[in-house]
Amino acid sequence: MRGGEALIKSLKDQGVDVVFGYPGGQVLPLYDMIYDSDLKHILVRHEQCAAHAADGYARASGKVGVCIATSGPGATNLVTGIATAYMDSSPIVAIAGQVPSWLIGNDAFQEVDTIGMTMPITKHNFQPLLAEEIPETVKSSFYIAGTGRPGPVVIDLTKDAQEHELEFEENIKIDLPGYKPTLKGHPLQIKKAVSLIQSAKKPVILAGGGVISSSSSEELSKLAEIIEAPVTTTLLGKGSFPEDHELALGMLGMHGRKPANFAVDDCDCLIAVGCRFSDRTTGKIDEFAKNAKIIHIDIDPAEIGKNVDVDIPIVGDARIILSNLVKALSKSRVRASGEWANHLKKFKMSTVPRTSFDDIPLKPQQVIKEIMAAVDEDTIMTTDVGQNQMWMAHYFLSKKPRTFLSSGGLGTMGFGFPAAMGAKVAMPENDVVAVCGDGGFLMVSQDLATIKEYDIPVVVCVLDNRYLGMVAQWQNLFYEKRFSHTHLGEVPDFVKLAEAFGVNAERVERPGEMRETLQNAINSGEPTLIDVIIDPEEILPMVPPGRRLTEMVGEYKVEAMEGVIYPEEDERSGD
Amino acid sequence: MDEQRTHIISALVLHKPGVLQRVAGLFTRRGFNIESITVGTSEQKGVARMTIIAKGDEKILEQITKQLNKLIEVIKVRDLEPENTVKRELCLIKVHSPTEKVRSEVIQYINIFRGRVIDVSPETLTVEITGKSDKIDALIDLVKAFGIKEIARTGPTAMSRGIKTI
Ligand SMILES: Cc1ncc(C[n+]2csc(CCOP(=O)(O)OP(=O)(O)O)c2C)c(N)n1
Repeated sequence: MRGGEALIKSLKDQGVDVVFGYPGGQVLPLYDMIYDSDLKHILVRHEQCAAHAADGYARASGKVGVCIATSGPGATNLVTGIATAYMDSSPIVAIAGQVPSWLIGNDAFQEVDTIGMTMPITKHNFQPLLAEEIPETVKSSFYIAGTGRPGPVVIDLTKDAQEHELEFEENIKIDLPGYKPTLKGHPLQIKKAVSLIQSAKKPVILAGGGVISSSSSEELSKLAEIIEAPVTTTLLGKGSFPEDHELALGMLGMHGRKPANFAVDDCDCLIAVGCRFSDRTTGKIDEFAKNAKIIHIDIDPAEIGKNVDVDIPIVGDARIILSNLVKALSKSRVRASGEWANHLKKFKMSTVPRTSFDDIPLKPQQVIKEIMAAVDEDTIMTTDVGQNQMWMAHYFLSKKPRTFLSSGGLGTMGFGFPAAMGAKVAMPENDVVAVCGDGGFLMVSQDLATIKEYDIPVVVCVLDNRYLGMVAQWQNLFYEKRFSHTHLGEVPDFVKLAEAFGVNAERVERPGEMRETLQNAINSGEPTLIDVIIDPEEILPMVPPGRRLTEMVGEYKVEAMEGVIYPEEDERSGD
Repeated sequence: MDEQRTHIISALVLHKPGVLQRVAGLFTRRGFNIESITVGTSEQKGVARMTIIAKGDEKILEQITKQLNKLIEVIKVRDLEPENTVKRELCLIKVHSPTEKVRSEVIQYINIFRGRVIDVSPETLTVEITGKSDKIDALIDLVKAFGIKEIARTGPTAMSRGIKTI
């Protein structure tokens, strides 16, 4: 068979049934072979969306997502999506065409140094120059992308390698002498962690994206419950612990929830699992969890001690380590003092943010509340980047892993919509809703054509404030209200835009409409855009950059002083 | 903890194209300061040995080793203890030596330093010297007075003393 066929066969051997891509000159041979294969290919309308869709596919399903682009401009368009996946440890394999091997280095038409360009934003990349190398390369790529700390892998495939004949060897063995992720935690470190946890009076668990990628939510919940430790998450950790749980504190950090920020500031033992202590999470690093001994569980040894000095590092798979901890601690029956958990429960209730408003234009808090009421706990929510993302992170309570997808590390505008598309393709049984800002959505709106063409019934909610809201917020708070280039004017008409693509569209302007419109859109089973006209409003409180987590500026209105855990029971149960 | 020290990092890497770029790129991207890097074949087929000289405190060094270890093509990384390490550098120096007098003086110095003359022209002498970097510095200092036309240094390469290997 030929190289391209070998690639397709190798992908199928890895369990790949769908790829997102965009053709061009240097992948023509491969596309020609896709034509005859039963590999499902979704033609996106911009390569960046192919990478984000593969990423959304991976985050929603836990499988490796795949995208394909031609060389040169196709490959450069993938770069933002690859970097996004890299920063958030999402496993994708990106296949880029390359000029024929004899032209490499000649600045041939559409030649770009894809290997050099993607080296700093991939877990690894390959350039198989011979067709025979393809099966092994694909197998290695999937193994590297999906194991250890997951991440993107690029395969840069020359045109001649796609065309040449090879003998396809079944059951090839891959040999990666320099790649051996540690899975089991060191027993001595685990023992130390156990005794530290036993002696802690005020423990807090900080759960990151690693909890989700290692599927250890259950173990995490068990640990939290047996030691009565409140749980806060990073942005990527949202959904790793049910946010309506008594012990849930919500997200930590710059746009974190007040009780979470104060709890971490005050705790005496921080159990951080699968997180990398990003500056958006920690605030001023020297003041972060100042009074706490820190246990850091992570599969990537390089994350340990990178940003925060820790007392007890445990390298390994979070699921294995957490179950070790649960086992050891449930035997000893030592609980943290219930006082601490109670104190935080009260704190949490006294800082319930107000979400009921009857204003027009709509308050974003009201919109998120209605969105939450309209969806079920299996609905996969994606966000874009900006205020829309932080409103969702702050006000939307996620209950299950892999249901809250957001670009954290790179903060990529334009992520939310294509990621939703990928998630829906991966998980057709789940409802998928994207929440975007008007600025970010416009960066990828051409892919409305894709969801129409392939009938991918995602619902896109555009929170339409006619501002690059988050940037305007910073200008307001830190640049003397000098709104340089953040007002988007009054165009476009998103409803008409969607309709031009043949996608159903609605406009929402009043309280109460959001919930019903979203429910109808979901029930229609058709791709739909909802243009939600909102008040340009800020997401507060926030921790200014470089400040301690407790130095939050701006207050939100508090809904109730006690007794009510947000959201109200009857609000959540739906119709 | 915060003390800056020069570290000798020895790494075994797969001998493939692009590996040096990966390693060097990692230093740039992570903001690590690299002083020199040498690479060549090792005792194992398909495996090269790199010697990286880098400056930094313990924390930076720990990150360097961990980040290097993350590279798929890096098999092993070790920070060599300076006192238990043999470290050598090769240097070629082209000295301006138009007269017999200068020539003989230069050759004298080189003999003391156990260097060798490897090329001669009517105007120049090219010498080779290997040794510790400070010995090379010292020779360069000495012959500077005659006028140095060109210097090429490899940067140090190193391994542990005794039977220890990485
Ligand atoms: C590709 C990209 N360009 C620029 C930015 C910087 N940035 C961060 S948030 C933001 C504003 C986003 O505006 P909008 O999409 O309207 O969302 P809002 O904040 O109003 O919810 C910008 C420009 C970014 N994160 N990504």
